[in-house]
Amino acid sequence: MAKGGLDAQARQGYTLIAPPFLYALLILAAPLLTILAYSFLTDGYLEVVRDFTWANYAQVWTDPIVRTVMLRSLTVSALVTLVTVLLAFPVAYYVSFMVRPEKKATWLFLITIPFWTSYLIRVFLWKVILGYNGVINSSLTGLGIIDEPLTFILYNVNSIVITLAHAYAPFAILPIFVALEKIDRSLLEAGRDLGESRAMTFWRVTLPLAMPGVLAAVLIVFIPTIGDYVTPELIGGGKIPMIANLIQVQMLALDNRPLGSALAVTAMAIVALVSIVFLLINRRFLKVRS
Amino acid sequence: MKGQGRGLQAYALLYLLFLYAPIILLPLFAFNSGTIIAFPLQGFTTDWFSQMWANATLRTALTNSLIIAVSAAILATCLGIFAARASTRFEFPGKGGMMGFILLPMVLPEIIVAMSLLVVLLGAGVQLSILTVIVGHVLICMPYAIAILTTAFSSLDKSLEEAAYDLGETRWSAFRLVTLPLVMPGIISSLLISFTISLDEFIIAFFLAGNQPTLPTYIFSQLRFPKQIPMIMALGTVLVALSIVLLALGEYFRRRGNARMGGNPTGGFL
Repeated sequence: MAKGGLDAQARQGYTLIAPPFLYALLILAAPLLTILAYSFLTDGYLEVVRDFTWANYAQVWTDPIVRTVMLRSLTVSALVTLVTVLLAFPVAYYVSFMVRPEKKATWLFLITIPFWTSYLIRVFLWKVILGYNGVINSSLTGLGIIDEPLTFILYNVNSIVITLAHAYAPFAILPIFVALEKIDRSLLEAGRDLGESRAMTFWRVTLPLAMPGVLAAVLIVFIPTIGDYVTPELIGGGKIPMIANLIQVQMLALDNRPLGSALAVTAMAIVALVSIVFLLINRRFLKVRS
Repeated sequence: MKGQGRGLQAYALLYLLFLYAPIILLPLFAFNSGTIIAFPLQGFTTDWFSQMWANATLRTALTNSLIIAVSAAILATCLGIFAARASTRFEFPGKGGMMGFILLPMVLPEIIVAMSLLVVLLGAGVQLSILTVIVGHVLICMPYAIAILTTAFSSLDKSLEEAAYDLGETRWSAFRLVTLPLVMPGIISSLLISFTISLDEFIIAFFLAGNQPTLPTYIFSQLRFPKQIPMIMALGTVLVALSIVLLALGEYFRRRGNARMGGNPTGGFL
């Protein structure tokens, strides 16, 4: 009887989950498998020839341009992740530990609002803020602090990092906040009672317990930034492409879908590998969760 | 100890300023009569707003975007209800994996989703239009809808439904009369969030719309022309105002839903 009940429950569960799952299967899994298949085919004139080949991957791994762009994408993503998480942690800590409980929702709401406003216009405005005649440079020269516009924030990797750090801020703050909220406050008191200083309590109690949130933040920021297309296009003026721009050029402008697919698959594989290595390195902290 | 708290507070406020810097600048340039987006500001004008109002392409783009966003929001929320109910109410083997797979678009770079879908659609000979954009947007809105709806469904008391069954309601009528009204705030919040995501989504619209403009692809095409930028700033101001209103509504319904079910008021949209 009990087993029959379980089966009925499972059947109902499958019936319910079927529509969204089939949708994801059709619209996400099928296309992903298609580009995986394409990446092993040969590019012919106007169409894809059904000949199995490793040539696309060979080209991806030996082409110096691809290597430069891939390394740049990884560096930019790593920098963005570092900057975003470091800047976000104190804010999450402040909201979780210092803000009164009834005001926390308002703070979180304030933090998430900019995230929901037009991404393109936000990115463009960073160009306006950081540009040659931009807000920062014109006000600094106007005040007589500098004579020449600052060049280190002009249309380069730094400006891409600043823009992306802004765009992904809530993605970093929210998981860290959730982890900090879960910390039993009496543990901190215990640490203090046992004679630890405030800084040591933070270092030995708060930080390890917050680590799952920090790791989630790192992955949530790192993975999408690698595939960002808009920011290099608008801020870098197309002169400092990242991997997404390269994929788009191969797929559409040059109409070489097998090579474009191989690039996309390689990028995904690298992202997955980096994420897994990162998770393995931090396995110790993840145990805290359970 | 007090000093440390104040230092952190100052930092948090500075960080908010960093987050809001672009949004604060937007209306400044939208009402500025100078044609170049730079300081110092020239004078006050509403010309850019009237120019925006008179723009026919922009109106087409807006109509397209609204059609896409409304359809995507409704479809994503409907699919989300199925997934959220399945994951909160039933246990079955492989549930974690299936849910993880449905939620995957949340972390997958959008360019990958857009490109792979584009390759398949072109390969199948499908004509690119706003319909194909809707298909893509439903996929990326669904995880957010599920995240919101799961919270709504999981705070639901199972015994209320059982009581309805005991009182002779069928499975469907119990869902309609008991469950649905209780999760309604979650559904509205999910509709609003999906609508906002779809309205602002650029990558998928850019690659899957064919030659049909949507609001973000129109904005992207105009950013190349310095002459058009003041008008885009005006458009941005309107969009920001609109999203803030929608989000405030979404937050209101979410909190009301939480309050109705006795949940705690903290937690954001994500």
